[in-house]
Amino acid sequence: MPKYPRGRVAAVRRILALLAVTALSIAATGCGGSSNKSAEGTTTAASCSKGDLNLVNAGTLTVGTDNPAYPPWFGGSEKAPWKISDPYSGQGYESAVAYAVAKQLGFAKSEVKWIVVPFNTSFAPGPKKFDFDINQISFKPARAKAVDFSDSYYDVNQALVVLKGTPIASATSVDALKPYKFGAQLGTTSYDYIKSNIKPSKQPAVFDTNDAAVQSLKNKQIDGLVVDLPTAFYVTAAQIENSKILGQFPNAGAAPEHFGMVFEKGNSLVGCVNDALSKLRSDGTLQRLRDQWLAKAAGAPVLK
Amino acid sequence: MTAGVEGRRAVVVALLSTVVFFTLLGVAITHAPGWPEVRRTFFDWGQFKDSFPEIADAFLLNVKMFCIAEAFILVFALLLAIVRSLPGPVFFPLRALGIAYADFFRGVPTILVIALLGFGAPALQLKHVPLSTTFWGIVALILVYTAYVSEVYRAGIESVHPSQDAAARSLGLTHFQSLRKVVLPQAVRRVIPPLLNDFIGLQKDTALVGFLGSVEAFKQSQIDAAATFNYTPFVAAAVLFVALTIPLARFTDWLVLRDRRRRQAVGA
Repeated sequence: MPKYPRGRVAAVRRILALLAVTALSIAATGCGGSSNKSAEGTTTAASCSKGDLNLVNAGTLTVGTDNPAYPPWFGGSEKAPWKISDPYSGQGYESAVAYAVAKQLGFAKSEVKWIVVPFNTSFAPGPKKFDFDINQISFKPARAKAVDFSDSYYDVNQALVVLKGTPIASATSVDALKPYKFGAQLGTTSYDYIKSNIKPSKQPAVFDTNDAAVQSLKNKQIDGLVVDLPTAFYVTAAQIENSKILGQFPNAGAAPEHFGMVFEKGNSLVGCVNDALSKLRSDGTLQRLRDQWLAKAAGAPVLK
Repeated sequence: MTAGVEGRRAVVVALLSTVVFFTLLGVAITHAPGWPEVRRTFFDWGQFKDSFPEIADAFLLNVKMFCIAEAFILVFALLLAIVRSLPGPVFFPLRALGIAYADFFRGVPTILVIALLGFGAPALQLKHVPLSTTFWGIVALILVYTAYVSEVYRAGIESVHPSQDAAARSLGLTHFQSLRKVVLPQAVRRVIPPLLNDFIGLQKDTALVGFLGSVEAFKQSQIDAAATFNYTPFVAAAVLFVALTIPLARFTDWLVLRDRRRRQAVGA
């Protein structure tokens, strides 16, 4: 050390210490994507045997979804605390996919526990009560900053539900839709679709729940309800008499919109679930479940 | 002189204790284990700037609903208060109706009134009944706040000493003349602070109309929060509501102070 005068060494040390503190505090506040990347890196490395999984309750796969659980995503007969359907039934697309993933991870059907997770709390900061949440949640890059998404388990199109015999029911193109009032459910990408693709002249309405949106269309307070296509089939078949699907919309972006399961940020379980999903995709299970539960969603006219 | 020194010392002590208090609070919050997460999800400046213009736009709807509702509330509530103060057994049915109205609409949560009217009334599919959710939201707010504000008016009317009314009547004024010329001018002046208090409540409750689908400031912030899984838009909406409320609160304080000064001046 004789090369440097003592005072200067001390000064350099002080600066280094300061830098270290700054770096630490930056790391601690979690700004910057580098920490995210490292978290993603570790997910694939972790072992996916049942005993090594990072679970909320050891030995149990805790899966969240909103209540009521609507067909065709969930099926079976209503069983408390669930309304309309029963996620435990294994019927309906999301229930079936969740059980298929659970099976891949080594869980028996009895080791899967369903809990009610309202959409708004699925992304609340802090520890999560579920291992993953499966609730028709669309992947978006901005959302992926707050939670981790699994790969796609369903590529989704938006569709338009209208009442038969109303003026909008004779529209055949997206351009013809502009003068009408639309509604969407909060948290869905349907609202974004209305705003950025239909660009209607009237401010669209946004509802907290599916019920409120459906009631509003029944009341003719809105002319059209934009929902994902499978939900549109349920709305027209079971929720609103005298309604019809006017059509589905072509996917707007380059990448198809898709639903992913939601995980706590940095949860190593994501990698294992993605492995399971990719197996289910390649062995044809996902296609089979889609055919079984969402077959109707294949054929709806496309609005251009 | 000593008073001045003591005054200055009081200011210094107040300043110091304020600084210490908020420093401790700030340190406690920023050193909480979840703080980085909370800061990212609630206080993201980039997100704030992105969502603020849209929320501010939507906030205009809140202001509009508030202004329209308030005008009707002031009139209806006064009528209700007058009905409830009508003397004599003949008016008992009217008084009873007034009491039932106030009890009912103060008892039912505002959001329920909004939901029941907003989805219920248009469901009747009557001709000439508006379908607009905003319209029914405003009607619900008027119904609920008329009940509250009528109580405020009534408290003011009852605070005017009966001798005032008696004196007016002995001069030959009718009940309504006495009410109009003697009682109400005193009553209304006394209840201006609680009236403004209810205005502030009304301003905030306009956010409940979002339940019907109207995109007001809170709904817009929910849309933004759901799109990004970040709660910063809620903070942006809160900032807007507070920015509207604070001037009104300070204005209330000023009115109270002015009234007190005037009365003291008369007393001297």
